[in-house]
Amino acid sequence: MSPLQSKPTSVQHPIFHLVTTRIMEFLRQPDAVFWSYFFPVVMVIALGLSFNQRQGPSITFDVVDEEVYASILERMKDQPQFHPHLTTKQEAKSRLRAGRTDLLIERGEDGSGYIYVYDAQRPESAAARSLVDDRLQRSAGRTDPVPVRDDATTEPGSRYVDFLVPGILGMNIMGGGLWGVGFAIVQMRIRKVLKRLLATPMKKSHFLCSVLVSRLVFLIPGVIIILGSAWLTFGVEVQGSLVAALVVILLGSFTFSGIGLLVACRATSVEMVSGLMNLFMLPMWLFSGIFFSTDRFPAVMQPFVQVLPLTPLIGALRAITLEGAGLFEPAQLIRLSILAAWSIGSFVIALKLFRWS
Amino acid sequence: MNQSTETNEPRRPAIICRDLRKSYAGKPIVEAVRGLNLQVNRGECFGLLGPNGAGKTTTIEIIEGLLDASSGEVEVLGRSWKNDAEAIRQRIGVTLQETQLSEKLTVCETLALFRSFYSQGVSVEDAMKSVSLEEKRNARISQLSGGQKQRLAVATALVGNPELLFLDEPTTGLDPTSRRQLWEVLRKLRQEGKTILLTTHYMDEAEKLCDRIGIVDQGQLIALGTPRELIASVGGDHVIEFSVKADQHSLVSSEQLQLLPQVSSVRDEQDHWTMSTSKPHQSIPPLLAYLESNQLQLAGLTTRQASLEDVFVKLTGRNLLETERS
Repeated sequence: MSPLQSKPTSVQHPIFHLVTTRIMEFLRQPDAVFWSYFFPVVMVIALGLSFNQRQGPSITFDVVDEEVYASILERMKDQPQFHPHLTTKQEAKSRLRAGRTDLLIERGEDGSGYIYVYDAQRPESAAARSLVDDRLQRSAGRTDPVPVRDDATTEPGSRYVDFLVPGILGMNIMGGGLWGVGFAIVQMRIRKVLKRLLATPMKKSHFLCSVLVSRLVFLIPGVIIILGSAWLTFGVEVQGSLVAALVVILLGSFTFSGIGLLVACRATSVEMVSGLMNLFMLPMWLFSGIFFSTDRFPAVMQPFVQVLPLTPLIGALRAITLEGAGLFEPAQLIRLSILAAWSIGSFVIALKLFRWS
Repeated sequence: MNQSTETNEPRRPAIICRDLRKSYAGKPIVEAVRGLNLQVNRGECFGLLGPNGAGKTTTIEIIEGLLDASSGEVEVLGRSWKNDAEAIRQRIGVTLQETQLSEKLTVCETLALFRSFYSQGVSVEDAMKSVSLEEKRNARISQLSGGQKQRLAVATALVGNPELLFLDEPTTGLDPTSRRQLWEVLRKLRQEGKTILLTTHYMDEAEKLCDRIGIVDQGQLIALGTPRELIASVGGDHVIEFSVKADQHSLVSSEQLQLLPQVSSVRDEQDHWTMSTSKPHQSIPPLLAYLESNQLQLAGLTTRQASLEDVFVKLTGRNLLETERS
């Protein structure tokens, strides 16, 4: 045996070994690393790009009369955002229903003027109607009595991508806590590792602590990667203090680790825990405002929406990154209290119900 | 507060179980352990032998403090789980049936993790050496063979330098070479004076490794003693097995066989007969004479040393293997 091999292995505090072994296990699964860190970046970039057209929206509309079409083309030259399309009435109606066109223009009943056919329920369709009408009226000689100037917001800080990044960050914290803690624990239970650990003098508090510490260790690169890629590709910046953002992120991660522990406290199969997690996450994917503001939900739903743990997490992150809020404004304190209540509640219940085998 | 137990400790047996019972809720209620009494002395290797489902694992897990008994008392190293769980855990080493240690970790990382839980113990290197895994110290567990994994499981139980070692079915599923390697490891530990409690459904394993054996069936201890004592209890060291032509099997009278000299028990094995005897050379000639006079045609005759299998058969009327299949 070489002298190198006989070098004694140093033994540290149990928490050190519990955390480092979890990290080693994770790093030795390249596919897990890829999906944990790469997926959110792809999401930020893909969604950011599709909602981040600098030249403003392009408008496609259908015209069903050749004469009308010619007059519209004439009135809309030098207006590249408008895309008129000549077709039959039947074809245009079907395109409108399918959302492939936003507006259908027919000849007016008395021969002059136009009839606009559009879907008033659909925002793009309603917007196309007014933008097209505006353009046509002006080129026909209308003058606006009140002078206005358009200032379209493509400035960093007020675009969709700025709104989206805190949502993705919150979603990542939720997924990381639930999967990273819940799934890992259920797997340890299935493999009887939990039972094996129970047969040692390991302190249960050390085990719990290691679960939380390793969650934080995995979280940090995730946060850096999401914020870093959003900053590099779209110039997304945190308006408020990074420390405040970090506090919210840590509290959020702690909360979802607790919920992960709760979901995993009795589950004895991968199917069971996956089902429970999806059941738990689905309402938050839908209602917690990852992709759009929770204000859009009707008032009756608001109490339910606001009390879901992901809603205050994303809300607090948005307030900090978009508005430069701190931690101590009343609205922020309410959000942090909801999160804290979830984390304390889930830990207390999870530790009561937890089974090692 | 521990003073009295500390001074008593060396004289107390390693394990005492009194009227241990465990039932699981359900319809019907499953009684896994039904009034089991057991004493394991310091320094001995004690084997719980029995078919699968006999209650061995339930019993050993209650003694390990992993399951609560429905009733009865357990004392481990002179302590009770209720008052001294931490002290007991520091002094015992456990391998469970089929724990899958994390595949992605190396042998060395795994052992360092387990070592960190104990306040005193052996070095990771010594633990590897005692199970002959030094060469594999940096190998991931996924790269180990079944036998190496099982030796690593034993090593995780040894890092705390336990006084008492529990092994639940340590060689189940291993190939013959791996089994012998593990037996070597266990023999060495026994020589070092460690107390070992193991469960097995292999009688050769129990016979080779254990100082004393308790045979467990349907949640109860049905026999207890050294392998030699148990085998002697069947009423003879030897077993005669014979068969007659298939259509004549039922014509053989077990009462008549029972009357043959030196024969202590007779058993109908469906396609052949077995008889325990202390002196085969005195039993065989009268057997042949009996068959001859009844015009029964002998198809096969063998004699062998009695084994623990015969003990189990005598006590339960079933084979260990038969019981396992059902």
